[in-house]
Amino acid sequence: MSIRQAMLAILEQGPMYGYQLRAEFEQRTGETWPLNIGQVYTTLTRLERDGLVEVVVDEVAREVAGHGGVGEPLSSDRTHVSYRATEAGRGEVADWFATPVPRTQPPRDELAIKLAIAVTLPGVDVGSIIQRQRSATMTALQDYTRLKRSGRAATPQDSADLAWSLVLDSLVFDAEAEVRWLDHCEARLRRAAAELSSPTRSTQRDGGVAR
Amino acid sequence: MNAVLHLAAVSRIHGEGATEVHALRSVTFRAHPGELVAVMGPSGSGKSTLLTLAGGLDVPTSGSVWIEGTDLASLDNAGRARIRRTSVGYVFQDFNLIPALTAAENVALPRELDGEKGRVARRLALTALEEVGIADLADRFPDEMSGGQQQRVAIARAIVGDRRLILADEPTGALDTDTGEEILRLLRARCDAGAAGVMVTHEARHAAWADRVVFLRDGVIVDETGADEPEGLLAGEVGR
Repeated sequence: MSIRQAMLAILEQGPMYGYQLRAEFEQRTGETWPLNIGQVYTTLTRLERDGLVEVVVDEVAREVAGHGGVGEPLSSDRTHVSYRATEAGRGEVADWFATPVPRTQPPRDELAIKLAIAVTLPGVDVGSIIQRQRSATMTALQDYTRLKRSGRAATPQDSADLAWSLVLDSLVFDAEAEVRWLDHCEARLRRAAAELSSPTRSTQRDGGVAR
Repeated sequence: MNAVLHLAAVSRIHGEGATEVHALRSVTFRAHPGELVAVMGPSGSGKSTLLTLAGGLDVPTSGSVWIEGTDLASLDNAGRARIRRTSVGYVFQDFNLIPALTAAENVALPRELDGEKGRVARRLALTALEEVGIADLADRFPDEMSGGQQQRVAIARAIVGDRRLILADEPTGALDTDTGEEILRLLRARCDAGAAGVMVTHEARHAAWADRVVFLRDGVIVDETGADEPEGLLAGEVGR
């Protein structure tokens, strides 16, 4: 859903064709959420159907891209036409910016689900699940940090560079939160294991210290 | 590549008998030139012990600590103190500057203790302060500086005289996010210039500046990221 609104919002800058729109999106978000061009045109078609964008014939683009030579004023080849936001489209963008992203329906979190299942099953080594995940997330965090301290996020030249560095920050904060949560799970599980074993099984270890 | 720091099967036991605590259990660890290594772990995992052993501030119960090819156990106290002054730079969470000395005097101190002439030591100190971007604060006292500036002085003190092993214990712990990142940038730059850095931190975001992240649990290295080779397999090897 957000891709549709993000595309519409970018179109407020002026008419664009699909490839241009995708490039503008990726300028701001890197390759974090790659868009395939088919998806871009499908979305544009739906936006047009809903009256949120309209087609503009771009003569320059037609001349550059139209190596086939001729063509009717409105070619069916959608790559040669630009789109611009309609009045209704601009209204939708304004609504999007005015409305908070809902937190009431959290997106599915595979890791939380995996751990929630794992802690209830006998014979699953939750500790090693946590450690493997922590290493993997830490590696991703190192990669994001490398991107942050080099390249265009390190020395933003324009607002799109700044946007990209903020997207990287978002990835950094997410990964950091995940590592913290994993540390927390590990500590909780250790404590739970100690509490479960201390009254009955403290004799299993020689010299086991009760509490 | 020769490691600047090599802990070979190092164990450290505090106390004895019923109250003995195994702070580190046969840990093998290396830091190479140009490498920044982060050590992460909950409190009590042994990360501070690892750092104090690496800096020659404490002695292992078994195993050996090598700095630039020298086994610390082969040195007497004076020899270890010399290595600390010439090869190892320490950065602490609470800066540990001497309040009665200016920035330049704090930075020059290790060089002067090593017998350098005052004027030479000051010149080296100014070079180090320049490298961390605060040459203009050379004659300020610690209480005339912000936390971030004080930590820069501490880093200058850790690198003065071209020391090649930087040990940092939660160096960003007392700083806000932006200032903390500036400090990490400095440590990173020093390692990129050829030093070996070991940084203890509990913040994943800061550890992510390292080339390698080592996870300690109960005195054992349980995992690490970014390793070229599994260091644990080399536990029997000594020296180099």
